[in-house]
Amino acid sequence: MSSQKEQRPVAGNRGYIRQKKERTIDIVSRRLAQRYRKEKRFKLYGLFSIILSTVFLAVLLTSIVSNGYSAFFQTYIKLDVTLESTMLDRENLGKSDFQGIIKQSITKLYPEVADRKSKRELYALFSSGAAFQLRETVMKNPGLVGKTIPYWVPADDDVDMLMKGHSKRGVPENERRLDDRQLGWIDKLVDQNRIEKKFNVTFFTAGDSREPELAGIWGAVKGSFFTLLVTLALSFPIGIAAAVYLEEFAPKNLATDFIEVNINNLAAVPSIVFGLLGLAVFLNFFGMPRSTSLVGGLVLMLMTLPTIIIASRAALKAVPPSIREAALGVGSSKMQMVSNHVLPLALPGMLTGTIIGMAQALGETAPLLMIGMVAFIVDIPGGFTDPAAVMPVQIYLWADSPERAFLERTSAAIMVLLAFLIMMNAVAVIMRRRFEKRW
Amino acid sequence: MEMKKTVSLAAFLLLLAGSLSVIGCGSKADQPGKKDEAVRQTGQASEGAQSARGYISIVGSSTVYPFATVVAERFGKTTDFKTPKIESTGSGGGFKLFSAGVGVEHPDITNASRRIKKSECEKCAENGVAEVVEIKIGYDGIVMANSKKAMPFMLSRKDIFLALAKEVPAPGGAEGELVVNPYTAWKEVNQNLPEIKIEVLGPPPTSGTRDAFVELAMEAGAKEFGWIKALKKEDKDKFKKISHTLREDGAYIEAGENDNLIVQKLDANADALGIFGFGFLDQNSDKIQGTFIDGVQPAFDAIADGSYPLSRPLFFYVKKAHVGTIPGVGEYLAEFTSENAWGDEGYLTEKGLIPMPQEERDVFAKAAAELTPISCDEL
Repeated sequence: MSSQKEQRPVAGNRGYIRQKKERTIDIVSRRLAQRYRKEKRFKLYGLFSIILSTVFLAVLLTSIVSNGYSAFFQTYIKLDVTLESTMLDRENLGKSDFQGIIKQSITKLYPEVADRKSKRELYALFSSGAAFQLRETVMKNPGLVGKTIPYWVPADDDVDMLMKGHSKRGVPENERRLDDRQLGWIDKLVDQNRIEKKFNVTFFTAGDSREPELAGIWGAVKGSFFTLLVTLALSFPIGIAAAVYLEEFAPKNLATDFIEVNINNLAAVPSIVFGLLGLAVFLNFFGMPRSTSLVGGLVLMLMTLPTIIIASRAALKAVPPSIREAALGVGSSKMQMVSNHVLPLALPGMLTGTIIGMAQALGETAPLLMIGMVAFIVDIPGGFTDPAAVMPVQIYLWADSPERAFLERTSAAIMVLLAFLIMMNAVAVIMRRRFEKRW
Repeated sequence: MEMKKTVSLAAFLLLLAGSLSVIGCGSKADQPGKKDEAVRQTGQASEGAQSARGYISIVGSSTVYPFATVVAERFGKTTDFKTPKIESTGSGGGFKLFSAGVGVEHPDITNASRRIKKSECEKCAENGVAEVVEIKIGYDGIVMANSKKAMPFMLSRKDIFLALAKEVPAPGGAEGELVVNPYTAWKEVNQNLPEIKIEVLGPPPTSGTRDAFVELAMEAGAKEFGWIKALKKEDKDKFKKISHTLREDGAYIEAGENDNLIVQKLDANADALGIFGFGFLDQNSDKIQGTFIDGVQPAFDAIADGSYPLSRPLFFYVKKAHVGTIPGVGEYLAEFTSENAWGDEGYLTEKGLIPMPQEERDVFAKAAAELTPISCDEL
């Protein structure tokens, strides 16, 4: 600083005086420029951070979407299925040989394929689930028996990957999942307009499967739904009751301080610990059934409870004391004061906290690992005691599967999970906007 | 004003609850014709606490998981029974759950990528799991592979040991002398190998694949040194320490349990080698190529006829007491041991399972049908 002062240019007599004792305004204006520069830099740092995080987010989202959007479409192949009444037993439709019917219609398309090995390769182009889908269709419409219908069956995942361009034709034959002959058969389907990419309904209606073309997210969505319902039903009332008691009724003493510290600590405990607790208490001690959304919900309840209590207490604290005093002043009891005045005003904040807690619980896998919810479950859960998986678990399981078609389904499942999370957070924001009261 | 807001808030909550319950409905009709019969509590089960279970519960190895799930799914679709629930807990974790007792709260079947240990078998007997049926289902190959962009590697098990062990016999040193692994490039390990940095991506210690790799490749490689082989008899612990400890200086990279990730990393780094199950090589043969081990490239036939050295048997174990009490256990065994599933052209081979020879299949199919229990003394 001082060296700068000496270097200042001097102009004339008056300058000489100024050099002796600098005017305050000069110092201020010089410093001001510095301060402006500093502020500009400070703002730039912030801006840079925002840009950086936006770029990361964009990269993440683009990679997920670009990997996953194709999973919303699935390659289907049109077969002319003849439902001969000789092959179908009208009394016992479910037991009929639908596999045989599908194979028959495939062979009709390719009469030139005769020997056993070639037939096996030919059948491999079609999903093994085709027969089960046909069975369902016919069971629903028994009137179809005896007719020939055009029927779209899902293609095998190898064909699907080829049609979507995820696996290439150019590589040598022994390095491909499909050999030259199979490619020829597919070309024939393309020529006859029998192969088409359609919206993948199965993905949104089916449970898990080891065949990518038959795997769906619905089982996991329902598992998540049942689990979160248990979590919500328990943690919301318990959390709010605890918060109201601690904030409005509890005396301020060592015991309540101790409880408060513990609640704050619990909110920071790694979630896997709650899983271990659930395993010890709910499964081993109470003997509840493994892998069910009931136990999953209980474990996640333990996890979200501290979050809800803390958010609810903050919401209660934000209600000005004047409201309480006024209520008490006109003669209401403490309970009336809380339930008629304080609680309605604090509720939006409590709900926001609850929804954020729920969103957290929705994305959690670690505690569920311990209680057996990381499992292959095909049947869609119909209740709280059915074995169930949840969405993040489904993503984890698919990410670990060798079939390449599961890669895109993993990304698609992540998109579905993100959609749910965005929805829940949006509800939280809307509620805050709509019902929050400011003083 | 205040009143109005509270009312609209309540209405909003009602709407939310309503929409949620709509999602919840429609579940009833999902499983037409599935058996819902109650399961009788088996002898040892604790009374009352546990509700009945109408589905098979399976735990165990993550290596058997891809095969067991396929069978389970087919079983669920082709029979009136519910689809079995399968947890991938690892072989050891599976045995722990399996041996805890008999009754609906314990799993019926555990999958394993190794044979049951004597201690585990005795634990079963201790907890009342008296009769355990062992079914071998086939073989799995462990492969090392690299990107197709590079040349395939030709390694011997000795090379693998020298490249990956934490401590190796001193080059040119006396017998019994160990040094911290000095090799950084494959060429230093073996003159005939390329001048490429040693970089191997493999599974972490919790993985059964790693256990098998260490046992089949590293141990066999270590035995190429006469004095280490002699050590096995004299000082078993020291032998294990030498042959089972992988280096931690960055040449062996623990890449997590996710084999897909290893495949992606290999695709990006042409110099690296990866270790995983044969199924992943089979599914990604356009991107990666198997490394020749002792002159044999991992291929379906080479593993099936035993000429490829890194292969191991896969098993599952069933509680005899649960057959007949949990609906579908016997039928599941029948499905798994049918030619249609584990045969030479069965659907499991499409998922990468290497079938057993016909005679062996017959033996275990018979064991499954007659529920022949194993005895712990034989192990």
